[in-house]
Amino acid sequence: MLRSVGVTDVDELFESVPEAVRLGRPLDLPDGLSEMETAAAMRALADANTPATRLVSFAGAGCYDHYIPAIVDHVVRRPEFFTAYTPYQPEVSQGTLQNIYEFQTLMCELTGMDVANASMYDGATAFVEAALMASRITKRHKVVVAGSVHPEWRVVLRTYAASGNIEVVTCPVEDGVISAATAALLVDDSTAALLVSSPNFVGHLEDLAALGQVAHAAGALFVVSVNPILAGVLEPPSSFGADIVVGEGQPLGNPMSMGGPGLGFFACRQAHLRQLPGRIVGRTVDVDGRGAFVLTMQTREQHIRREKATSNICSNHALNALAAAVYLSAVGAAGLESVGRACVAKAHYLRDALLATEKFDAPYSAPFANEFALRYAGDPAAMHAQMLRRGFLAGVDLGTIDPGMDGLVLFAVTEKRTKAEMDSLAKEVASL
Amino acid sequence: MTASDARFPTDAPTRGPRKLIFETGSPESRCVEAPPLDVPEISLDEALAGSVRSHAPALPHVTEVEIARHYHHLATMNFGVDSGPYPLGSCTMKYNPRLNEDVCRLEGLSGLHPYQPLETFQGALGLMVGLSDALAEISGLPGVTLQPAAGAHGEFTAVMMFRAYHTAKGDPRKRVIIPDAAHGTNPATVAMAGYEVTTIASDARGAVDLDALKAALDTDVAALMLTNPNTLGLFDPNIVAITEAVHAVGALAYCDGANMNAIMGKARPGDMGFDALHINLHKTFSTPHGGGGPGAGPVCVTAALAPFLPGPLPVRLDDGTFGVGWTDHSIGRVRSSFGNFGVLVRAYAYVLALGGDGLRAASEQAVLSANYMKEKLKGTYPLPYDRPCMHEFVLSGARLRKEHGVHTLDVAKRLLDYGIHPPTIYFPLIVDEAIMFEPTETESLEDLDRMIEVMLEIAAEAASDPDLLHGAPYSTPVRRLDEARAVKQPDLRWRPSSAR
Repeated sequence: MLRSVGVTDVDELFESVPEAVRLGRPLDLPDGLSEMETAAAMRALADANTPATRLVSFAGAGCYDHYIPAIVDHVVRRPEFFTAYTPYQPEVSQGTLQNIYEFQTLMCELTGMDVANASMYDGATAFVEAALMASRITKRHKVVVAGSVHPEWRVVLRTYAASGNIEVVTCPVEDGVISAATAALLVDDSTAALLVSSPNFVGHLEDLAALGQVAHAAGALFVVSVNPILAGVLEPPSSFGADIVVGEGQPLGNPMSMGGPGLGFFACRQAHLRQLPGRIVGRTVDVDGRGAFVLTMQTREQHIRREKATSNICSNHALNALAAAVYLSAVGAAGLESVGRACVAKAHYLRDALLATEKFDAPYSAPFANEFALRYAGDPAAMHAQMLRRGFLAGVDLGTIDPGMDGLVLFAVTEKRTKAEMDSLAKEVASL
Repeated sequence: MTASDARFPTDAPTRGPRKLIFETGSPESRCVEAPPLDVPEISLDEALAGSVRSHAPALPHVTEVEIARHYHHLATMNFGVDSGPYPLGSCTMKYNPRLNEDVCRLEGLSGLHPYQPLETFQGALGLMVGLSDALAEISGLPGVTLQPAAGAHGEFTAVMMFRAYHTAKGDPRKRVIIPDAAHGTNPATVAMAGYEVTTIASDARGAVDLDALKAALDTDVAALMLTNPNTLGLFDPNIVAITEAVHAVGALAYCDGANMNAIMGKARPGDMGFDALHINLHKTFSTPHGGGGPGAGPVCVTAALAPFLPGPLPVRLDDGTFGVGWTDHSIGRVRSSFGNFGVLVRAYAYVLALGGDGLRAASEQAVLSANYMKEKLKGTYPLPYDRPCMHEFVLSGARLRKEHGVHTLDVAKRLLDYGIHPPTIYFPLIVDEAIMFEPTETESLEDLDRMIEVMLEIAAEAASDPDLLHGAPYSTPVRRLDEARAVKQPDLRWRPSSAR
């Protein structure tokens, strides 16, 4: 090969690299390993962890341990899916494209919205993109975000807002939710959107009907984040006037994987299609008249519009969207409803059991679904550590996420948790 | 061989479009069933304060075998790196080692929850610290965040750090300079970060025109965003003068690391004077593209910028254990959790397997393979700038258009009939009928030779039978699509009313 290129040493091909910036030494990294050694090294790192899945885990707060049907990973591991690039050549990408079209449909069905995109990075970035999109649509600068939205998401929103493109105002939390009356004081004719999450960070359901009216009365858009695993039991946000619905899709068939990669989903009303960020797949025909799928509406996107694009997003989370689509096909509408029912019933069972130990108080009274916060009568960190030794991940110690929530513990219950495990958690906590 | 060919029934199991998953199966079809509820049933209406779903979503009704066959069929209509050569310029479609797919699924990694106590994920933190250290050494930039989910997300992270850095000095500044040969994500990122874009023309080599750059630089400029090696696959020989000029007005230099696969172990962006760089782990570090993602776009920065890194940062503590830290002037977070951890796991396995010498050898082979193909093709497809390239090169299809009325798009579509994924086409915009090849180091000599042979054969076809190319492809599951119809009559979802 060197001879064909007309050089005697591969270094001659790097002659355009100025002498001054050539590294001129080996990288200071360990020598390469054989596959067997690499596998052993990675296994050692894995074995140095105690994953939530090997504990009796009640940790949620945006990342959930739901059952993943076996078929899901078998589909995701097809190399035709995971080794492919973005489907720029539709003639040889119909698998990816049809899946995205089906995923878009599934997200519309879950949220009740008209159109959905091909995915975003995660719930937090989808949430921020919704705020930016609302600002473009309304040509207004301010967004009002519920203080009950996940603290990490609100930090991400603030980080993006430092661009000056939007201004963020936070609606304070009262009894675990935001009130429509307080929101109405903050949402005005300079407000692009009211952004809420329901269930919110501490598990409570917001009064979406009232909040949607507050947003619309001021000409603002209503942006709602939902947990899609509950879409079989909770009325979709479209019924409460939501204009944009986003969320974290990890609960649908994706492993927790330390919180990433997750799956941001993004759906909106037809009227706002042209302001949608990200990729969209549409159905058309080929020259022989056969139905086929293709990336479309690309004049919104960065590779065409550059600085006028609706977003800079290029790579998305297509493979996680594939997992979600397979998951939803595997459970079906009846299965999704069963999962939702089980989570809600078990969460209510556990809350009663924990309150019965008299080690906890209920700080809030609003309705909740699969997750709830309790105040621990002691040091939650110490309780956590003691329960960990007994094999439990006893929820999330909220003081470690937001000092304002010191003393609170957030418990999530998925369909994987059994009555015996919950009884045992309550018994062990009672014995502390 | 088209759909109308009677020898190929149109509903043959592995050919042509397939009905939607929503149109598959029957209402009774079920795949997984939930186990019986082991706690007392509760009234949903009461628990959920009346917001119980009234109409079930129209989800598919399918059995497991129907799911398996549906996605099997979809898979057969896809082309991945395993399907054949994938020389997609600027995308680095190298082989995805299978070990990495296994290790990211180890329960000790995939089963981690982001809010577990620190002592229960020391291995994961150690992995992230190890990867951060390796990326710092490879880039020559000591501060690293693994949080960004993709290249464009890394760009945004870095430009927001630039904004914080300038703001801390008293003035966020107004503009970011971008050469016209840049990826579209660069200007889109700048707009999201609240800056104005100033575009400067590139010279004929796709390199920065130093005079144009100097004319555009003033104290309103926050940064220059530059891809080096550039999008023509050429290393900018003036790189040191460029970053010095940028620094002379107090601005910062950003390197779009899309082309890092050319220079690992050979040259480091930090040594070139860049202040920040994103690395596409889904390009250079072999993690799969997933049909569009997930990727990961870690950002490496100078010590001066490190105080602005987003958090949380995995850190090595004095006692040898690992923890999580925040910098003093952190811009905040750009997403949830720590990053696309599952992608980081794969990339770290790649770094361990190759080691320092292996990474350098990968870049050397990528560059040699690109030059090999370039030399064999440049006599047939004009090469706008004839000198050794880095890991990719850009040919022009202008001669085929002029002599035979065949466009680069036709060449690309014809490649599909030969079982080769087309290169990137019509990018960069500064080359007429651009054809951008990036063979990567994982294509064998046999496959490089076959790609060359096919490209030469297609040029011969263009001369003898241009209409053959105009009609291509013929052998793919579907043929050229009516993209205008997709825009004019948007059909973006299936609707239940149209079913069954």
